[in-house]
Amino acid sequence: MSILEVKNVGKRFGGLQALGDVNLSIAENSCHAIIGPNGAGKSTLLNCLIGKLIPDTGSVMFDGQSVLGRKPHEINQMGISRVFQTPEIFADLSVWENVMIPIFAKRDGSFRMHAFESVARERKVVDGAMQMLDDVNMADKRDLLAGSLSRGDKRRLEMAMCLSQNPRLLLLDEPTAGMARADTNNTIELLREIRTKRDITMVIIEHDMHVVFSLADRITVLAQGTPLVEDTPDRIKGHPKVQEAYLGEAAH
Amino acid sequence: MQSFGRKDTILLIVVALLVLLAPVILNPFPQASSLAQFNAGYPDLMQRFVIFGIFAIGFNILFGLTGYLSFGHAAFLGAGSYAAVWMFKLLSMNVIPAIVLAVVVGGLFAALIGYVSLRRSGIYFSILTLAFAQMSFALAYSVLTPLTNGETGLQLSLSDPRIFDPAATGSLPTTNLFGIDMRATTTIFAGPWEFQLNAGYYMSGLIMLVAFWLSIRIFRSPFGMMLRAVKSNQQRMSYTGLSTRPYTLAAFVISGMYAGLAGGLLAAMDPLAGAERMQWTASGEVVLMTILGGAGSLIGPVLGAGFIKYFENIFSKINDSVLHTWFGALPDGLETALVTLVHPFVGKGWHLTLGLLFMLVVIFLPGGLVEGGRRIRGVVGRRNRKAGDPEARAASKQPAE
Ligand SMILES: Nc1ncnc2c1ncn2[C@@H]1O[C@H](COP(=O)(O)OP(=O)(O)OP(=O)(O)O)[C@@H](O)[C@H]1O
Ligand SMILES: [Mg+2]
Repeated sequence: MSILEVKNVGKRFGGLQALGDVNLSIAENSCHAIIGPNGAGKSTLLNCLIGKLIPDTGSVMFDGQSVLGRKPHEINQMGISRVFQTPEIFADLSVWENVMIPIFAKRDGSFRMHAFESVARERKVVDGAMQMLDDVNMADKRDLLAGSLSRGDKRRLEMAMCLSQNPRLLLLDEPTAGMARADTNNTIELLREIRTKRDITMVIIEHDMHVVFSLADRITVLAQGTPLVEDTPDRIKGHPKVQEAYLGEAAH
Repeated sequence: MQSFGRKDTILLIVVALLVLLAPVILNPFPQASSLAQFNAGYPDLMQRFVIFGIFAIGFNILFGLTGYLSFGHAAFLGAGSYAAVWMFKLLSMNVIPAIVLAVVVGGLFAALIGYVSLRRSGIYFSILTLAFAQMSFALAYSVLTPLTNGETGLQLSLSDPRIFDPAATGSLPTTNLFGIDMRATTTIFAGPWEFQLNAGYYMSGLIMLVAFWLSIRIFRSPFGMMLRAVKSNQQRMSYTGLSTRPYTLAAFVISGMYAGLAGGLLAAMDPLAGAERMQWTASGEVVLMTILGGAGSLIGPVLGAGFIKYFENIFSKINDSVLHTWFGALPDGLETALVTLVHPFVGKGWHLTLGLLFMLVVIFLPGGLVEGGRRIRGVVGRRNRKAGDPEARAASKQPAE
């Protein structure tokens, strides 16, 4: 069963065809990696999935429903969360407020006038946020301002924010860029563990091949806005087209 | 972690004590002394302190939390005043219906203006609110004369129906709270000092305390957290499944209701309403109050309101003859020179001093007077710790609440 169906999606920016004719079918509970050189259109593709961009052509179906024409918050409420390439967090709020907000959003929907309840009394939310921060090894940083974190910590925080919503589809745009090796390995562990614990589908964009080959069930190689090949990690490793278009280039 | 904790309770109690004792605290100079003109403890001014405090507390819920800078909040204040005076004319001189209607009208008017203005953010939002408020001012001044009595302003008259009150005879009736005259003042003489306890002030003060308590609740609520999230990163909010518009609109309406309440109270203290209450200078004033005191802090806006109203009413009274008495002891040439030097900053020049102060605060204390207080406490706290004060040491170790 595929949970996400991308059909004939195209997107132009002025004279630049950022996405040509993208077809992608992502199986439920799989981890699907998208790799490709800089400017291949990977982030643009994710933008089309979450309502940040509206593609010029094609369709995007999530769990049998079209996401096109829906607002970003509606798409999130359908069960799609995204970690951005440049961290999108609430820089002026504390680390654990950052994690509580998505939990509230998941519980209460896109708007609720809970103006007279105390945040501190929301035990379930507070504990849930604490648990989530524990899972990403950030419990000791909970009172810091999110904006003061290192780049790697900001990414981990953003991942915690997304995971705290228990999304059905998690989109990760270079989740380990800027992280130290040890944190990268922790992140791989965390994502693997999540997959064993609950039903979740992941789409991950990554330049770090170690991360890709540790996590992905299937890999799509994107170049100049069009998918070159899609296959299992083992077959991708040896694929001549991939060597030439992407891995080869990285080997220079 | 934010909750309505011990700190907030203490803050609320301190503010309550200040409100209770203001008639004494603000009248430190004996009545006969030459400094008595700096006494701010007279009913009219104290009422202004708390009423504009309410206005600023409400403004801070919008501006301090969401960062949306409205330049049109005086429109809601003015609308609240008109609504209240109409209640005095039609129903009764009891202030309750007037205040309730003022809050409702402030909220509805804010819902209308907010709905349109919040389609934009940043400078465009500010300009839209300013445009709406100036439009309201112009309408109140001219087209809506049947409702607002135009230039003259809305006033009571003996022929008003006032259906719940007995017919007035002779003089205009005064506002009351179930029979307690809002103008009732008891003067306490303590030696050379005089303290005035005024019914209207205490009622407004009590309402300000409730308004302040509500704002603390909002600050500590999930809703308040969402409003701060709006200020921090709207993109992230929407990709987290939250719709930002209803949050900003709710904050706008709440602050409009606070403004309406303040307008209603102004009318309850003195049953008049004029279009100038809606003018852009009045909208700008509440922005200054909030920034001067400390936007986004709980008590800042109240301090800012007090500060500006003090300047407007007291500092403005220092004229040349006062200056001459101050510097009278100096040699003549020096006296004249000093008076000439200080003259532009006092009396009618109070705006200049306030403007300079405002600049200094914004440049050196971006967190406003509240940040100034925090810094002073920081310095004092460090000294205490050096002196080995165990309590200060323990306090500094506690995690940030
Ligand atoms: N909003 C936009 N407006 C104009 N051009 C854009 C926009 N977003 C992306 N592009 C262009 O589209 C192309 C694809 O960009 P995209 O960010 O999708 O690449 P990518 O595969 O994510 O690259 P990277 O690995 O560097 O993140 C690039 O040439 C980029 O400059
Ligand atoms: Mg990218």
